[in-house]
Amino acid sequence: MLSDPITRRALIEVLILALALGPLGVWVLLHRQAYAAESLSHGLLPGLVLAALAGIPLVLGAAGGALVAAGAIALAGRDERLGGDVGVAVAVSTLFGLGAMLAIAPDAPPRLEELLFGDLLGISGADLAAAAGLALAVAAALAAIHRPLALSAFDPPAARSLGAPAGRWQAALLALLGVGTVAAAPGLGSLLLVALVIAPAAAALRITRRLPAALALAAALAIAAGVGGLALSYYADLAAGASVALCAAAAPILARVAT
Amino acid sequence: MSVSVHELSGGYRAGVDALTGVTFEAHPGEVVAVLGPNGGGKSTLLRELLGELPHRRGTVELAGRPAYVPQTERARLDFPVSALDVALMGAYGRTPWFRRLARADRAAARAALARVGLEAEAGERFGALSGGQRQRVLLARALVQDAPVLLLDEPLSGVDASSAARIEALFEELREEGRVLLVATHDAHQARAWQRVLCLNRAQIAYGAPAEALTPAVLQATYGGELVVLADGTTEIAVEHHEH
Repeated sequence: MLSDPITRRALIEVLILALALGPLGVWVLLHRQAYAAESLSHGLLPGLVLAALAGIPLVLGAAGGALVAAGAIALAGRDERLGGDVGVAVAVSTLFGLGAMLAIAPDAPPRLEELLFGDLLGISGADLAAAAGLALAVAAALAAIHRPLALSAFDPPAARSLGAPAGRWQAALLALLGVGTVAAAPGLGSLLLVALVIAPAAAALRITRRLPAALALAAALAIAAGVGGLALSYYADLAAGASVALCAAAAPILARVAT
Repeated sequence: MSVSVHELSGGYRAGVDALTGVTFEAHPGEVVAVLGPNGGGKSTLLRELLGELPHRRGTVELAGRPAYVPQTERARLDFPVSALDVALMGAYGRTPWFRRLARADRAAARAALARVGLEAEAGERFGALSGGQRQRVLLARALVQDAPVLLLDEPLSGVDASSAARIEALFEELREEGRVLLVATHDAHQARAWQRVLCLNRAQIAYGAPAEALTPAVLQATYGGELVVLADGTTEIAVEHHEH
């Protein structure tokens, strides 16, 4: 499998993404932002489609799409009459529908599947370099702000008195989630990337009882899902992104059975 | 003084004050009972003092950053931390992000847990402890923070008798060290044991020494129909359905 340069490149991509997305997922779950993670990854589809139509790197489209999605989610979530979740659902469904509409327009190239489900095996050198830079930046930032993230998730009312205003650090986490989503979107796709964020983290939090162990285990499980998914894809001739997502999803199921 | 509040008003929703006209001063070595019914503004006042809520009107002066001990019922039981991890959080505010926690801070966290009687439970998962033990761990975190002012939101509510006795003894020790404690409570009888009492019911009803402030008229204004006054003339019990 490793003699194949396309698979080797995909493996590098997924390993680097796993290092960032596994621990990121732990913080996302501890801050109870799983819905935001799913919303952001789905809501950036129009950006991906526009990048594909314009022929520019997908990571740039993902960044623009994530910015618009984050703004729409923030605005919709403020509507007290609708309720935060309803507002976010409406905003995300609208953006996802807009992305699908653009992608299936007569003039659009037939790449909707790649945008939804990723194209790990067709990742370009530019996308790999961008994903690596962004993912490593996310991992480094998470390590740097470990303490305020822990405080603001564990005890939001007391966090300010301990030097970490909860709102500020929750916003910082959402910004890192946006960057991680942008990094992963070209390879894993708008629909599937959330699996590598949430599933290994859910398994790690079920198995471990201490935060450092949960962060390390989530990264290890995400790496295992990436390697296992690519092997499954290579030997069973299945879609690479979907195989990685399925392997990731197996982690919390196995954790539940085992514990 | 350690705490000075003048004509403070504030609340959660724009244009709606949850609390108005609060004025009081607390000096080193005083425990202030913040007394009132559910929804009376006790937690709102503490959040105003913490800076979590904006001061719509009025001023607040505090001697340094206060420590805050939330209601244990609101603690995250699923969070993957030990009792020692939680106590250590008290040192986070004085440790730059790029530095490891100092050995002295770890020693302070262990000493704080010992002071609340939980040295043996240092490695236990926080969520696996009893309600009273969790409250003592949160107090240990405040001890590590070493703040001159402590804000405590119903710390004796729902805790077992042994934890309650330890917590009350700790309050006395902290008072003797010259700290100010603001303790939200709905128990008028408990408030009589402390130096000052601030009665709230969406506005300030009274402030002063318990013997002077806790008159039947003040308690009636504070609790309204939820108050039962016993016939011995000295004891009042606030009857309240408590929800979390």
